[in-house]
Amino acid sequence: MSELVRVGKSPAAQRAAEAENKDRSQVRQKRMISDHFDKLARAKEDGRKVVYTFVPGNLTELIGAFGMLPVLPEINALQSGMRGRSGAYIAEAERGGHSEDVCSYVKCDLGMLRSGNLGPTGTPLPKPDLLLLSYTGCFTFMKWFEILKAEYDCPVVMLHVPYQATGQVTREMRDYVVRQLEHDVIPAMERVAGKKLDLDELVAQLTRSARAEDAIVDVWESAKARPSPIDAYFGGVYYVGPIFSSFRGSEDAIAYYEELREEVRGRAARGEGPMTPDGPMGEQKWRLVVEGPPNWTSFNDFWRMFAKEGAVVVASTYTRVGGLYDYGFRHDPRDPLGTLADYCLGCYTNHSLPARADLLEKYVREYQADGFVINSVKSCNSFSAGQLLLMRELEKRTGVPGGFIESDLVDPRYFGKANIENRLQSYLQMLEARREGRAPERTALPVALPVLAPGAT
Amino acid sequence: MKIVVGVDLGSTTTKAVLLDEQGRIVGRGITNSRSNYEVACAIARDDALTSARFDLLDRALRDAAADADPADLSQRLHAAFRLELYLDDLGALARRMGEVLDAGGPRATAQVRQGIEQALSEMRERAHATFLGGGGRKSDFFRDLASAAFVAAAEPVAATLGLRFDDLVWAFDRAILDVETELRELAFASLLARAAQRIAGDLETPSLRERLMRVVDEIASLPIVEASFVGTGYGRQTLPFPKAAVRSEILCHGRGAHRLFPGTRTVLDIGGQDTKAIQVDDRGVVTSFQMNDRCAAGCGRYLGYIADELNLGLHELGPLALQSKRAVRINSTCTVFAGAELRERLSLGEDREDILAGLHRAIMLRAMSLLARSGGVRDELTFTGGVCKNGAATKVLRELVDENYGAGITLNAHPDSIYMGALGAALFALDDLDAGRPNLLEVAAPRRAPPAAPANRACAGCS
Repeated sequence: MSELVRVGKSPAAQRAAEAENKDRSQVRQKRMISDHFDKLARAKEDGRKVVYTFVPGNLTELIGAFGMLPVLPEINALQSGMRGRSGAYIAEAERGGHSEDVCSYVKCDLGMLRSGNLGPTGTPLPKPDLLLLSYTGCFTFMKWFEILKAEYDCPVVMLHVPYQATGQVTREMRDYVVRQLEHDVIPAMERVAGKKLDLDELVAQLTRSARAEDAIVDVWESAKARPSPIDAYFGGVYYVGPIFSSFRGSEDAIAYYEELREEVRGRAARGEGPMTPDGPMGEQKWRLVVEGPPNWTSFNDFWRMFAKEGAVVVASTYTRVGGLYDYGFRHDPRDPLGTLADYCLGCYTNHSLPARADLLEKYVREYQADGFVINSVKSCNSFSAGQLLLMRELEKRTGVPGGFIESDLVDPRYFGKANIENRLQSYLQMLEARREGRAPERTALPVALPVLAPGAT
Repeated sequence: MKIVVGVDLGSTTTKAVLLDEQGRIVGRGITNSRSNYEVACAIARDDALTSARFDLLDRALRDAAADADPADLSQRLHAAFRLELYLDDLGALARRMGEVLDAGGPRATAQVRQGIEQALSEMRERAHATFLGGGGRKSDFFRDLASAAFVAAAEPVAATLGLRFDDLVWAFDRAILDVETELRELAFASLLARAAQRIAGDLETPSLRERLMRVVDEIASLPIVEASFVGTGYGRQTLPFPKAAVRSEILCHGRGAHRLFPGTRTVLDIGGQDTKAIQVDDRGVVTSFQMNDRCAAGCGRYLGYIADELNLGLHELGPLALQSKRAVRINSTCTVFAGAELRERLSLGEDREDILAGLHRAIMLRAMSLLARSGGVRDELTFTGGVCKNGAATKVLRELVDENYGAGITLNAHPDSIYMGALGAALFALDDLDAGRPNLLEVAAPRRAPPAAPANRACAGCS
């Protein structure tokens, strides 16, 4: 998703520290992202069409099969957050009439648009030729593209993905998505591209996707080792960067994930933990599962709060919003449209609360977690609604207490460092008190505290 | 005596509790959390040590002066001790104000210096009546006492000398901040000896005077050894404590409340800028908690803001709200909006008491939401933190708990609940001592000035 952004260091010291703390795969990812934004900056002169779309239920292979370039506004927003620009963008959107309560991803994106539409790497973003609205569990997506349509005056095509209310995908649901792909989405893309879909290219893309997906599953499952060679939340958001965004189905993605897998295997063999913003992680005192997106505006501070307490995240649900590969799904080139439907239907954001509880329970058990933490973000009702119920349900099922933190995606006003750190430390100390057990207090009750002393000044 | 120390560095006050090796509470202390937490921490700890020694002193006096109303003797000794401490602090204030004037500036005229000296002299003369005159005091913190006394003394001085009042207050405002963040050694033995001398002249017999002085010598020289320390509270992160000596205030409030009321299963702590709803198990171990988000709405600071808006003391809000006949519905617990709503209600002619009752209800409704989110209220609810001293807040909490959880819930609101966090910290310090991994509180040496020289003790009523 982005290179690490460091704070409190001179630019030179920051670059040196970054280089030192970076894995080779991360350097590769940075180059991939930079190349992609360069392509976007040249898209019009190169005659390439541009499709704006969302992470959950993204149809990257289809976009790739048409030779079009994807832009993901959510990713741009989070990168603006990491680069310290989201506060100004949000303020700009609010000046434009958007309320404080609107999703901060939306406002960050609109503020960026109103501020010259320079992408995260500083290069200009091209206007969309098509808005491909994959609707997977987020109502705001529809409103977001409604606003962008008004800004850009370009066609919108919507893929409506039925919600998994019962935790099951039925044949009818799958057929419904396939029919939309056949009758709405692909024809719309053909009109914009000016050519027919090359099915062979789609199959090739899907084949490459499955290889990258195999590799990322190995990366996720490496966290079952002790110590875990990865942090599956803070490190995990980097790992999902290529597969969630513009690169799934590409050779670059395969190269990235296979390199990442080798690095992780190497660390596991050496008994090493993951890299953190301050270098290799030390003792792993706590293994945690995390639900909810991270805060992006203070991402490294947030990560450090965990790392300095010896808390490593062994599994997270946010890293599954762009696909749940670790429970069997792979893009299947033998059924190109059916597999795209399965993919969209299976994204984490399209799951019901009971299904999310099931998944979190599995993670707590299979990854032998000591606890789980929910980061409830103000901006995202899709994620946050029902999270306390989720917490209570999980506590009941696993016997493990949950921790609850509140922040936001990219609105810096909603990150209270002292408050969040207090909650996290309290939670971990609570786990510690449970781990240690304690005998009842040794002394009988005093009737009252001693009388107020003289002397305080 | 070997003791362990727990300190709770709150955003408004800093509290300390001492336990002996058997886990008995032997002392406690409190001070205002000034701009320097380190100094606040040391002063609260010293205050708790003073309280521990006075506790021992009281017991010794009960034996040694059984024939002479030992409780009254002790009370007078307490008051005299506090007077001596106040006079020492006043000496430090006078010195610092002199330095401020010496630094020059357009206001530092000879006439202003004369006015300040007169005001300080007046304060020294009135101190005896303040501490030994039998009247109550609204605050025991030096800043509050000195501010009130300086204003009272400076106003007539300014009028007499034809000076602007602001020109006298200016030097005071500059100096008081320095004085209260100055780390000065508490010379307990000499303060106590002076206090005893001060009251000895009034004692009926030479024998009683001799017994008092003997007890004072014994207690002042009794060694008290600090064996372990744990810090908690909002300011804990800013202090150079070893990480192992720091505990979350959520754990400390939970454990402290459970220690004082073992039936406690739910704790509500409303402090200066945090509200926390905490669930504990039968051993006082926290099992779940919720706290307010970044905003301090509905916390102690909110009440402070309202008190300022109404030009009232914080302690006056609760009693006024209790006089309400019909609470006004207040919609906002946002501190900023509440100020506007308060003014709007006043302009509409609503009674101040009814508005205050509505504000208290708004705060407690917010607390009820946190309680519900933390898992509800079970068995016994213990209310802790500074706001629990507010009778109106406790009353509304009782009503809301009854409405939401039935009348079977016991509500504990101990007048000393403000110490629960420090008590919990001290219990953790005792655990650390038992486990052979104690930490000690080491506060940096004085940075600005040496210990204050004894002040001029001459004041009205003494010879």
